Amino acid sequence: MELLIDKSAVAQYEQHMAILQGAVSFQSLAYIAAALLFILALAGLSKQRSARNGNFAGIAGMVIALVATVVIALVMAMEPEFVNTGEGSGFAITATGFWIAFLLIVVALAIGGAIGIFKAKHVKMTEMPELVAMLHSFVGAAAVLVGFCSFITDPGAEGAENAWHLGEVGLAVFIGAVTLTGSVVAYLKLSAKISGRPLTLPGRNAINAAMIVVSIALIVWLINTRGLDAGLVPLIILTVVSLVLGAHLVLAIGGGDMPVVVSMLNSYSGWAAAMAGFTLGNDLLIITGALVGSSGAYLSYIMCQGMNRSFISVILGGFGGDGATPAARAEEKDYGSYTEATAEEVAALLKDAKRVVIAPGYGMAVAQAQFPVADLTRRLQEAGTDVVFAVHPVAGRMPGHMNVLLAEAKVPYDNVYEMDEVNDDFGEVDVVLVIGANDTVNPAAETEPDSPIAGMPVMHVWEAEKVIVFKRGMGNAGYAGVQNPLFFNDNTDMLLGDAKASVGAIVAAL
Amino acid sequence: MRIGIPKEAAPDQTRVAATPDTAKKLQKLGYEVCIQAGAGERATYFDDQYVEAGIAIVDAEEVWGSDIVIALDPPEDRQLDLMRKDAVLVSRLNPGIHPDLIQDLSARGLTAISMDAVPRISRAQSIDARSSMTNLSGYRAVIEAAEALGRSFGGQMTAAGKIPPSRVYVIGVGVAGLSAIGTASSMGADVYATDVRPEVYDQVESLGGTFVEIPVKQQSEDGYARAMTEEEAKLANAVYAEEAAKADVVITTAMVAGRTPPLLLDENAIAHMKPGSVIVDLGASPEGGNTSLTEYNNVYTTANGVTIIGYTNLPSRLAGQASQLYGQNIVNFFKLATPDKDGKLMLNEDDEIIRGMTVTLDGAIMWPPPPVKVSAQQVPANPKAAQAEAITAQAIAADETPGWRKWWWKVAAVFLAALLVLFAPSSMQAHFIVFALAVVVGFYVITGVSHSLHTPLMSVTNAISGIIIVGAMLLVCSSNPVVVILAFVAMVIASINIFGGFMVTHRMLSMFQRSSED
Repeated sequence: MELLIDKSAVAQYEQHMAILQGAVSFQSLAYIAAALLFILALAGLSKQRSARNGNFAGIAGMVIALVATVVIALVMAMEPEFVNTGEGSGFAITATGFWIAFLLIVVALAIGGAIGIFKAKHVKMTEMPELVAMLHSFVGAAAVLVGFCSFITDPGAEGAENAWHLGEVGLAVFIGAVTLTGSVVAYLKLSAKISGRPLTLPGRNAINAAMIVVSIALIVWLINTRGLDAGLVPLIILTVVSLVLGAHLVLAIGGGDMPVVVSMLNSYSGWAAAMAGFTLGNDLLIITGALVGSSGAYLSYIMCQGMNRSFISVILGGFGGDGATPAARAEEKDYGSYTEATAEEVAALLKDAKRVVIAPGYGMAVAQAQFPVADLTRRLQEAGTDVVFAVHPVAGRMPGHMNVLLAEAKVPYDNVYEMDEVNDDFGEVDVVLVIGANDTVNPAAETEPDSPIAGMPVMHVWEAEKVIVFKRGMGNAGYAGVQNPLFFNDNTDMLLGDAKASVGAIVAAL
Repeated sequence: MRIGIPKEAAPDQTRVAATPDTAKKLQKLGYEVCIQAGAGERATYFDDQYVEAGIAIVDAEEVWGSDIVIALDPPEDRQLDLMRKDAVLVSRLNPGIHPDLIQDLSARGLTAISMDAVPRISRAQSIDARSSMTNLSGYRAVIEAAEALGRSFGGQMTAAGKIPPSRVYVIGVGVAGLSAIGTASSMGADVYATDVRPEVYDQVESLGGTFVEIPVKQQSEDGYARAMTEEEAKLANAVYAEEAAKADVVITTAMVAGRTPPLLLDENAIAHMKPGSVIVDLGASPEGGNTSLTEYNNVYTTANGVTIIGYTNLPSRLAGQASQLYGQNIVNFFKLATPDKDGKLMLNEDDEIIRGMTVTLDGAIMWPPPPVKVSAQQVPANPKAAQAEAITAQAIAADETPGWRKWWWKVAAVFLAALLVLFAPSSMQAHFIVFALAVVVGFYVITGVSHSLHTPLMSVTNAISGIIIVGAMLLVCSSNPVVVILAFVAMVIASINIFGGFMVTHRMLSMFQRSSED
């Protein structure tokens, strides 16, 4: 520590304040630029042609925001302190503080960056939902940590501003913790480390409501505490309660609703960041968090529409799972018998077909069948057959999951259509290949008003001349646990077995 | 079982009941298929093509001695004599007007399936030979008319003057009529059409025609028009005559199943038509046609220069195509009647399609079948729509229950938000504005997002949420070691998001590609 005692000390301090003032102005400018770039990034991401530029805009915004923040953090770390060494007293620049802060930032970025880039480079496209869920949990964790830090540096005191601050801390920790464990559970469900079956505890809605009420009470308690130690008690209890709440919320939601859950958690992670922004009074965090939060909410809304379910009913959970729900099983109907086809028969059928539509579902991702499917598509197209893909909005485990898989297998995106674009044309199609999809092609949604999926928009594949369903076995029903009468139609043949192997066999037979 | 395909006896029957393609499909259903030498020649399907498809070439006796014989027209006596007693004949028999043929088939102990007696239900459309053949007739009628007409169909402005489009008038909008309307309008003609069933209005308009109303309305219950009363016919004929006088080409398609075709244009009406105009009478039959001057299977030109084409073999003039369609109808029938694909014909008389087509079963007369009352476009018009309506109605009913439940929480939320803002310290107010605006911007920016980009969008928002690192950075310079450690951990976690999120988004986006570079 270098001591700067005597008359130059005051001048030194004033100089520092001037620098800080300059840095803060620079920071404002940088934050405005970063916020605009983030908006451009999201806007760019809504169209294929501008998507890559959108991503670069996001990167640019992030770089600008980080540089500005690092500068201001370092300037703050250089703040001279009033010291009394015994020989004299005055202001001193703690250069060690500067270097420690700088080092910590660099090391943290290096570690996090290395892990992030490694993960991003090596993740399989079929595992994208897991990765996204994991990233959500990190935002939640960071929000909790920032909330705690913010509390420790600025614990309870007298005054309205401080009360608001504590309230914000409480909310940031609450949302962050719910996001954290919710995402972890979603990750575990998606990676099949735990069962996708909904956990239906008796009175689970009452439990959730109780936990929310308790959380609110804890936040109120926190607001009324004074001092660090007194405040830590409600804050830690709040954290634990919110962690349990997040886990329980997602545990109660079945595997089939995962697209909604993933986008919902995306939204939560945004709100968590926004709350952290409120606690720090940082506008960039508030803006970014709100952008992410509202866009995630909109995505959830699209997903809910795709399933014709209300957001509330998805959140309340208990719907769908790996097996049939008891109610659905009890009223299972007899749809007659199904017919099986061999790969050779399907190959012959495809050879004669003029128009083929492929309807992929989560099963394609599970079997990693996107590459042989793309290969099959290319062969048929070379032979002059018209082949397109039809993707249901909630096919797969997260929004847009199928599109990413098909893109990975180099299927041009203008060959991949949304359900609404092709649904009226199935009548003119010779062959539909349903690969690992079930509920999204279930005619019961339209014909059986008492079906659990009644009213859900489905793809009218049964209107085609011939439907081939690729399925692992006849035993397991879809996520909604409903039997699919499509399988028993006269014009439907089942091709049972691993989708990857089946498609490979067809390619070989061609 | 073995299926035999004979050569058609009638001299003007150029079609064949199976092409190499459809014969192969029959084989795939498990049948053994053989064909009489030269049977497909007039439809330009030669024996070696059948051999290539794996079909045996045999002589007439062997073909007619098969378990199942598929043909286009009712066989002649000498051919029926060659058939075995328990054999099955699949052909167009028109049982409604050939009672003696039914008696004969019954006396021979045969099972006879009529391809032109398929019930008009949507499941049976792929089998209905009447639909597939009359569709081609409609097309060919326009082609024949174009050849006989001394004018072009489409209008044009040329250096040598204006060519007005021809005016085509189609009477009867069934399968043939629709096909004729579509063909003629695609050739550029002005097309007008009339039908007793007003519900075909949309179909006419959709094919580019103009619907001409007649003062007679019919409700169809089986998808076909019925005969009109004399009174109705008189009113209708006046409209026909008036329209025909304006037209260059008139195509009449009135056939009432099992009866002599109705007279639509009498001598008086034809006399008022323009010289050089053409009538194609698809109703022509030995018993008469839709005009009083139609000559069966012939072309007749009246004194005032109106050409009346009375060909009844129009599908045979497109023999290759017609054979393929008819053959496919046959294949579709066998698919229905061979549920196990084991080459064994199963005539399940509980199936209304098969029941309707069965004329005799092992010698027992099954004709006429009990009526099937499912219409092509009428009352239960669209079961799906009805279903959807029912569901919507239910949804509305569900929504109607306590209205306040739907909005009370919105009011509460607004109230709460207002309280928050009112009681917040002044330093917070600016943050609220920023927050509210950002939420709205977020919604609007995302609304147009393409479905295929949902995943990259989520990963990029993941990366952007990593901005929480800013908070951690500002806290890391704290003097409290606990805060520094927590902030450090937060920075590590958040930077995983930033780097991982942008990186994986980039990776995904570079995979998306168009089919053509442009």
